Amino acid sequence: MRRRLLAWSLVVLTAPFAAGAREAPPVGQDPVIEQRMMALAEELRCLVCQNQTLADSHADLAVDLRQEIRELMQKGQSDEQVKRYLVARYGDFVLYRPPLKSTTWLLWFGPAVLLVGGLATLYLVLLRRRRLLAAEPLNEDQEKRALALLSEDEGQPS
Amino acid sequence: MRYLRYLIPLAAFVVLTGFLMKGLWMDPHTVPSPLIDKPAPEFRLTQVADPGKSIGRDDMLGKVWLLNVWASWCVSCREEHPVLVEFAKTGMVPIYGLDYKDTRDEALKWLERLGNPYQASLFDPDGRVGIDYGVYGVPETYVIDRTGTIRYKQIGPITPEILHDKIVPLLRKLNA
Amino acid sequence: MIAELGSFSLMVALAVALVQGILPIVGAARGNAAWMRLARPAARALFVLVVVAAACLVISFLRDDFSVVYVATNSTRALPLRYKVAAFWGGHEGSMLLWLLILSFWMFAVSLFSRHLPQEMVARILGVMGLIAVGFLLFILLTSSPFERLIPAPEEGRDLNPLLQDPGMVAHPPMLYMGYVGFSVAFAFAIAALLGGNLDATWARWSRPWTTVAWSFLTLGICLGSAWAYYTLGWGGWWFWDPVENASFMPWLAGTALMHSLAVTEKRGGFKVWTVLLAIFAFSLSLLGTFLVRSGVLTSVHAFANDPRRGVFILLFLSIVIGGSLALYAWRAPKVGLGERFELISRETMLLTNNVLFLSAAGAVLLGTLYPLFLDALGLSKISVGPPYFDVVFVPLMTPGLFLMGIGPLARWKQANLPEIGIRLKWAFGVSLITALLLPLALGRWSGLAAFGLWLALWIFAATMVNLWSRLRPLPVSGLAARLRALPLGYLGMLTAHVGVAVFITGVTLVKTYESEKDVQMDIGDTVTMGPYTFKFNGVTNGARENYLYARGAFEVSRNGHVLTTMSPEKHQFVVSKGEPSTVAAINRGFTRDLYVALGEQDGSSPTAWVVRVYYKPFVDWIWGGCLVMAIGGVLALSDRRYRFARSTSRDVAEPTLSATAAA
Repeated sequence: MRRRLLAWSLVVLTAPFAAGAREAPPVGQDPVIEQRMMALAEELRCLVCQNQTLADSHADLAVDLRQEIRELMQKGQSDEQVKRYLVARYGDFVLYRPPLKSTTWLLWFGPAVLLVGGLATLYLVLLRRRRLLAAEPLNEDQEKRALALLSEDEGQPS
Repeated sequence: MRYLRYLIPLAAFVVLTGFLMKGLWMDPHTVPSPLIDKPAPEFRLTQVADPGKSIGRDDMLGKVWLLNVWASWCVSCREEHPVLVEFAKTGMVPIYGLDYKDTRDEALKWLERLGNPYQASLFDPDGRVGIDYGVYGVPETYVIDRTGTIRYKQIGPITPEILHDKIVPLLRKLNA
Repeated sequence: MIAELGSFSLMVALAVALVQGILPIVGAARGNAAWMRLARPAARALFVLVVVAAACLVISFLRDDFSVVYVATNSTRALPLRYKVAAFWGGHEGSMLLWLLILSFWMFAVSLFSRHLPQEMVARILGVMGLIAVGFLLFILLTSSPFERLIPAPEEGRDLNPLLQDPGMVAHPPMLYMGYVGFSVAFAFAIAALLGGNLDATWARWSRPWTTVAWSFLTLGICLGSAWAYYTLGWGGWWFWDPVENASFMPWLAGTALMHSLAVTEKRGGFKVWTVLLAIFAFSLSLLGTFLVRSGVLTSVHAFANDPRRGVFILLFLSIVIGGSLALYAWRAPKVGLGERFELISRETMLLTNNVLFLSAAGAVLLGTLYPLFLDALGLSKISVGPPYFDVVFVPLMTPGLFLMGIGPLARWKQANLPEIGIRLKWAFGVSLITALLLPLALGRWSGLAAFGLWLALWIFAATMVNLWSRLRPLPVSGLAARLRALPLGYLGMLTAHVGVAVFITGVTLVKTYESEKDVQMDIGDTVTMGPYTFKFNGVTNGARENYLYARGAFEVSRNGHVLTTMSPEKHQFVVSKGEPSTVAAINRGFTRDLYVALGEQDGSSPTAWVVRVYYKPFVDWIWGGCLVMAIGGVLALSDRRYRFARSTSRDVAEPTLSATAAA
């Protein structure tokens, strides 16, 4: 009896090692879903450690939410549906990519407006500048020379 | 007239300063709940004290009540608890607890030590109901009205000031 | 005693700063030579006093004087020496003193290297810097003194934040502040010019080296911060568009625009008023950044203090400095003249287009960083703006500028000949395009984005080489080295910096396209492969060092069967400050790739099993290499002979011609 117990305990204790070196299994059951989940989690904000993505955070809630997302995806939900699920509970705050709404038009279109506006302003300023410089009166030296040339001209028979 | 354009940078800065000034008094960390004025999410959970009995959302219809999310491991809950215990004595509204990601043993011990203001505490060991309610930091408290609609969410501990200034007036209005 | 000496020194410094800030400027307005002459000695005295205060703080750290609150909250007895020194800037109060120290250092430098400037100018420049110092001294003395006492003194301190106990902490903040705060010099030059009404090309020439050196430091500072985050945060990221990162990036963008605008003003006398405005913007963004980090207005990894009272003080200071300078600008700018003519297609226009692009980018970053605040203040909703936004918006904004980088340096001043440039560059264009289309295949997988990024980088590099070749060829000397030496350093610096950008873009493009990651559970003996590399886990050993316990993993890395090296990532658990253990990733660096291994947590399936993250990061070191090359370019440029001033001279020749000696 004791011999058997010893034998069994040896088996149990050495089983992990006896299994031998193996190719390390990925974290999470289904690699495809895992990858999808992590890709989505990279775009979500952790609500506890608010400066990390949901993918990177170690917080309890982050672990729970990643699990929640895994399960939703296993049930066949799309990325959009998962996002809506989270936004319904936590608001837009959880999205690192702000949704396009009337309140975020300025945010999404602002940079393009700035660029186009800036280039247009530059163009107009340059045109205006050219006009002003062309119309600028001559300075002293230039005036003297102009007068000298003109008087030279007048002295000659045409 | 053309001199006005030189004032544009200054004007823009003044507007920016206005926003920054307002921003100093706001807290960028609080996440407001999207559930305000929406129906409280469904749940059916067993009670902490009695695994045999369960309570569901629809059981609560017809009365105004507070749902306070707490846990025995939560430090700030200890600050808030005496306020709740006092408030429960007034009997103004029933207070139900949501024991979030906890063990029954620890929870019951905690309540015994610090007092029990709850009609009952719901046991949510894996935090699923918490997620449905948008819980992200304990303690949090919800004011739910007769029709089962969430009317207010308090993020962080309830202080006597918050109770007096925000929660009690709202409860009076809802109970009227 | 020492702490009180420090405090006292700061109080005297305040008095000196007041003198330095007020008298020289008034003296310059009134022509009072005696008052103007006060500027230099006052600046030097201020520097000495601030150094004394800083030394007092450092000494308090070294002596473990825990009766000083700041020392008690940022140090322990067992803290290694270098971190006791770095703890100086580990918290809010000390970092403000660092700001002041570096500001006074720049003041000191200006007082030394300004012999060639007219006296009114020096008086005004140092006066403006003195006024800024007054603001900071008041802030420190009234709200954020690092010398506050705690009686009775605790036996042991609370330790420096574990994340900061790292060589990165020793280098990154000082370098960053040298840049950030260095823009105060360009700012002071701009204000001095507005006050004095003498806004001309010489002003731009004097201003340029100061701007360039501050820019170089800022480039290095940001680079160090990114490299530090890469190995310390454990997931191989190097830029997060975090508000504080953005706060340092915006001045960099504005500063780059400023450097290019100064070139136009120096060479052609044009756009003086715009350059002045840019100088005000660059420093304003620095100050804004300082405000954002300390006011609690935004959430950030770096956030120091979250005290609204302090926030109000800084905001007030900001309003006075920025508001005042913008008001001065609005008043004085309309009176300034236009400068010389140039055509619509010319180098001037290209440089100004650079300005528009860089400022739009800075504006976009500002918009994204502050937008959540805007919406929240208007009671509209609470949103988050993160990397997905910035990545989408920033890259398209910068791309035209990057393309222009190839053409701009070849364009002539005043009037550029586009068809001629086209002919000169057609090979560069073709070769870079074809190489970019083919390279991704060589790296394993074709990708349109990778091809695009590579094309931009190769284009910049090729066009720069065309430019260099056309300048080298006609030189009357022989041998490459002699020819390079004959070229003006300003020119070589520009080329180097542009090549640095190309290197940077290559790194970013390749790492983002081809990096791969594996998150695995490993027990002793398990292996994981990434491409040709195999990582074998040989368990974790535990131990203790000065002020922390560590768990050290052992990984054997082999490639195609041959053992390459061992990698030892660690987790540090600090004894005093507890909290989350910090991760120190193991990185095997290489010219063409980094291998990166980080320990996660023990995963519980067996007592020796851990979650491990393994990354393959191709060309990631080119990112920081590129920044380094950019900074070197800056240093080269400011070593140019024409900045070694004897006396103030008249405006420079339009452009260094092909003859080597005409540059000076």
